[in-house]
Amino acid sequence: MTATMATLRPAAEALRIEGVRKSFGEHLVLDSIDLAVAEHEVVCLIGASGSGKSTLLRCVNLLEPIDAGRIFVGGAEITARGVDIDRIRRRIGIVFQAYNLFPHMSVLRNITLAPIKVLKVPREQAEGQATELLTRFGLADKRDSVPDRLSGGQQQRVAIVRALAMQPDILLLDEITSALDPVLVAEVLSVIRELAHAGMTMVLATHEMGFARDIANRVCFLDAGRILEEGPPSQIFTSPREARTRQFLDRVIEAGRM
Amino acid sequence: MLVATISTVVVFGLVGWIIVTSPGWPRFQAQFFDSTVFDYALPRVFAGLLVNVSFFLVAEALVLVFALVLAAMRSLKGPVFMPIRLFAIIYIDLFRGLPSILIIYILGFGIPALGIPGLTTDVYVWALVALVLTWTAYVAEVYRSGIESVHPSQEAAARSLGLSGYQTFRYVVLPQAVRRVVPPLLNDAIGLMKDTALISFLGPIEAFRRSQMIEGARFNFTPYVVSAMLFLLLTVPLSRIVDRMIQRDRERYLAGAR
Repeated sequence: MTATMATLRPAAEALRIEGVRKSFGEHLVLDSIDLAVAEHEVVCLIGASGSGKSTLLRCVNLLEPIDAGRIFVGGAEITARGVDIDRIRRRIGIVFQAYNLFPHMSVLRNITLAPIKVLKVPREQAEGQATELLTRFGLADKRDSVPDRLSGGQQQRVAIVRALAMQPDILLLDEITSALDPVLVAEVLSVIRELAHAGMTMVLATHEMGFARDIANRVCFLDAGRILEEGPPSQIFTSPREARTRQFLDRVIEAGRM
Repeated sequence: MLVATISTVVVFGLVGWIIVTSPGWPRFQAQFFDSTVFDYALPRVFAGLLVNVSFFLVAEALVLVFALVLAAMRSLKGPVFMPIRLFAIIYIDLFRGLPSILIIYILGFGIPALGIPGLTTDVYVWALVALVLTWTAYVAEVYRSGIESVHPSQEAAARSLGLSGYQTFRYVVLPQAVRRVVPPLLNDAIGLMKDTALISFLGPIEAFRRSQMIEGARFNFTPYVVSAMLFLLLTVPLSRIVDRMIQRDRERYLAGAR
């Protein structure tokens, strides 16, 4: 990344990724990724399985250490030596494909655990906020259920609420509808849509092309660990410049996913 | 049900008939099932058993705590913790690899012989220490298997919410781990209960030692039968509880898999 880019950095930049590389053993998963996300922007990462979408999100959350490059959140470098990782993670929410709810806790406790233990919010207040969020997303009656009793769509919505309860600056969504059957996909996507309207900064890895086209301000096509092409959804989905992007989209259309 | 009943009656009946009609049976009966000796031994051996039970209760409580600490030490990740991990591994290898009776002898006779001022020479204490040291090694491995059975995605979810490594262990990993290993923990509790008979080698007069003394005075083996019977009265109900818990776990697992 050049120095001019750094000086021209917009004030309202939520996330910037510079030259991030990551390999698992011999296998290079991310090959010099550059990406900047403005506040209130919704960026969709698309690409075949194994193209590096999930790994990129996990790297931003520092769940995977990166081999090279730098990551900035709100202008501050989070990959610098000596930064408090736990402090950074509070500001970056992530929702996983497999929900990863805590099965031994009620829905309410799943949501309030981190606010109470990490942010030291008083229990009453945390529970109030959690109940408010649950109500907003139509889950008020599931407050005291355990996750196993919920449908996949409900579990994923609880996972989103759990991330939101930490009031993150950015929300990372890692193929959050991939484990759901089509009927349940819609209820989860409507939550994301609402969050987008509310101005939440989001980076989504997704296979739901129709949804990406609908919601994204910008779409990035990942191929073999690189962002091969990026642009507004209208351009990427209708007139992609790269042959690889076109191939990928053709395959998606063939599979009836768009 | 009918087949099971018939086959059980036939097999046990046959074995019983072979034993009862054997040429040595009358002598055996007099030696092991003498009713006067039985009546004499029962209250005395029972009093001895209370020593076993109190040893067991104290030892089990200590084992459950120390083993958890040891398992947590062995589960620490990161190169900095190598010495701690190493200590845990060596400890477990050592005390799991030695017969309990050897440790009881070495501690019970060795340490008081050293004559270190301020260190107790009470054999009860050293017998207890020996049992605790031995069973801590076994139980630590049980805990560890539970800790490792919790999927890494649970840790990722907790860390992504900003929970520290300790908070993640305490609130997310440990409760799930312990729940899974309750049956093997009870299993080891039965093992420890039986091992309390070994402390008799250091002098404490518990059920087994008391039986030996009565046998020596009466030249009759019935006290051992009394002792065995009393031990079974304690351990068999525990075994049934373990069985029921395993069954319940399996039902819950099957219900979850659907």
